Amino acid sequence: MKRLGLLILVSFITHSSQAADSGFPLYDMTPDLTDQSSLQRGAQTYMNYCLGCHSLQYQRYKRTADDIGIPESLMLEYLVFDPNTKIGDLIENSISDENSKNWFGAVPPDLTLYSQLKGGPEYLYTYLLTFYEDASRPLGANNLVYENVGMPHALMELQGVQQKVCKEIPKLAANGGQMMDALSQSYITEEVCGMELVERGYSPLQLVENTGRLSPEAYEQVVYDLTNFIYYVGDPSRLDRERTGVFVLIFLAFFFVPAYLLAREYKKEIH
Amino acid sequence: MSAVEQSFKNFMSWIDDRLPVTEAYEKHLAKYYAPKNLNIWYYFGIFSFVVLANQLLTGIWLTMSYVPTGEGAFASVEYIMRDVEYGWMLRYMHSTGASAFFVVVYLHMFRGLLYGSYQKPRELIWILGMLVYVALMAEGFFGYLLPWGNMSFWGAQVIVSLASAIPLVGEDLAIWVRGDFNMSGVTLNRFFALHVVLVPLFLLVLVVLHVLALHEVGSNNPDGVDIKKTTDETGKPLDGVPFHPYFTLGKLPGIIVFLFLFCAVMFFYPDGGGYLIEHPNYEPADPLKTPELIAPVWYYTPFYSMLRAATFPLLGLDAKFWGLVVMAGAIVIPFVLPWLDKSPVKSMRYKGLASKIMLGLFVISFFILGYLGTVHPTPLRTLLAQVCTAIYFAYFLLMPWYTSVEKTKPVPERVVL
Repeated sequence: MKRLGLLILVSFITHSSQAADSGFPLYDMTPDLTDQSSLQRGAQTYMNYCLGCHSLQYQRYKRTADDIGIPESLMLEYLVFDPNTKIGDLIENSISDENSKNWFGAVPPDLTLYSQLKGGPEYLYTYLLTFYEDASRPLGANNLVYENVGMPHALMELQGVQQKVCKEIPKLAANGGQMMDALSQSYITEEVCGMELVERGYSPLQLVENTGRLSPEAYEQVVYDLTNFIYYVGDPSRLDRERTGVFVLIFLAFFFVPAYLLAREYKKEIH
Repeated sequence: MSAVEQSFKNFMSWIDDRLPVTEAYEKHLAKYYAPKNLNIWYYFGIFSFVVLANQLLTGIWLTMSYVPTGEGAFASVEYIMRDVEYGWMLRYMHSTGASAFFVVVYLHMFRGLLYGSYQKPRELIWILGMLVYVALMAEGFFGYLLPWGNMSFWGAQVIVSLASAIPLVGEDLAIWVRGDFNMSGVTLNRFFALHVVLVPLFLLVLVVLHVLALHEVGSNNPDGVDIKKTTDETGKPLDGVPFHPYFTLGKLPGIIVFLFLFCAVMFFYPDGGGYLIEHPNYEPADPLKTPELIAPVWYYTPFYSMLRAATFPLLGLDAKFWGLVVMAGAIVIPFVLPWLDKSPVKSMRYKGLASKIMLGLFVISFFILGYLGTVHPTPLRTLLAQVCTAIYFAYFLLMPWYTSVEKTKPVPERVVL
């Protein structure tokens, strides 16, 4: 029985989506809710780049400020842009569904619960790293994770322009090794595009030099912080819950001892 | 006797003259003799009481902040999760409790199959227990719509639309159940009423009857021996001990272990990786957006598999109708189990090889069906589901045969410790 329980528990833990609907494998992303400065930077990016279209309509400014360590006065001064908004209000925006449908073809989803909806933060993290230039799309941008997405690359000024390219990569021999030219002793390469590149472990995207304000590493950090923040918003009591959980389990473990000793006394009487 | 004791005694005798409190306490707790040899399988009945209490209590508090309307339901659940003090704990206790309820009830039912607890004279206990199980399924089904997430919506949509597969009256029946031409706030309102009032009432009455019937004939045990046959001169069974305190305080460590496992899931994996709270339920119900895979919560998936296993029309009625018949049949057939088992012995310990093999196959096929209900059907999976459905029914329908021809072992006079 116990082994079965463990098996069930393990299968729960390992049950997460590893690839997007498009088939693009998702990057690993391990959120860290104890890193308050990451969450604060994420909140800053969110309010400046995302909130215009994507509300967090179930979450309040005050709760956010308290949880991630931003003084309420600073929150109101720098991260709440509508002067009529109070600290206890929900994080909503003023874009109308009708307008957004006209502009983007779809209503931008509320992001409060987005990381749980996608089974974890990996989806959003990968999505924000895989925008690329595509002239065939109405807003000039496409995405590897979410094909033909209606959203433009909102963080392009930070990341810069990525293009989908074909790459010259070493050709593989039948035995799985790299094919080599017998005469020149150099690797034989071939041009590979799209998903095949992904399967061979290469990125099909290439950054155009000097088009973004941030280095690739700095941009990855921005995306990490932003995803971390959205992961926090999805279940703001997570840290509190896990902390409480530890105490509850310790209590039960201690309570077990006298309960066991009492039960043993009763058991002695059963012959 | 001290003055306090004397006045308590007077008070109790005043009460007992008007309401048989002491008599009931003795009959059901202090002088209810349960067999000494009850093993770990007998914990799950106690656990289901623990979970029932949990569901009732947390449910009451959730109702205080939940808004049962199509417009407000989803947001009110998030309000509970964020703005209500310890709301997240109440909600996760309730959602984890729903799954825990089915875990313990399934194991409790398996215990019944293992030790023949449904056999004469316990037929009514079994039938009342099955009614509890059906009420529980209804309770879970109505409750799952209430968060008004997209999987709530589409799950309920699929199940309610099953009614429309019934010839002649089906379409009208589905509209009558929904109260609308499609799933809507009207449906949500009535499901709320059923979930918090009608079904819990049924459930409580049935649980009480289940226990009353049990206490009339006494508990079975792993040997299937009737402990009332060997009594001392006062009529007290020699192989029995009073339920209280031996099976209340005496079983406290087991209850703590259960609570430990429950809390481990509840505090650290409340959505169970998408099995306890499914991912599409993190967006509000949307009639225009079908989830990629509509799968019920895990505890219904064996029956969902059987529903999908019917793939061909018959007698001019389409496959969907026959799926409904198979699924309903799978839920109804265990009711007659007491009359299918022709074995002279109760417990699997003394039954023959055929019974053991059939029970093993039954459990394996139930697990496989459960898994298949969580994934997309493919031709091979459908075939597997059909085979497992056949085994499920064979376990019951062939029982009169295999329990009467197999060779059983002799049952001891007294319980084995």
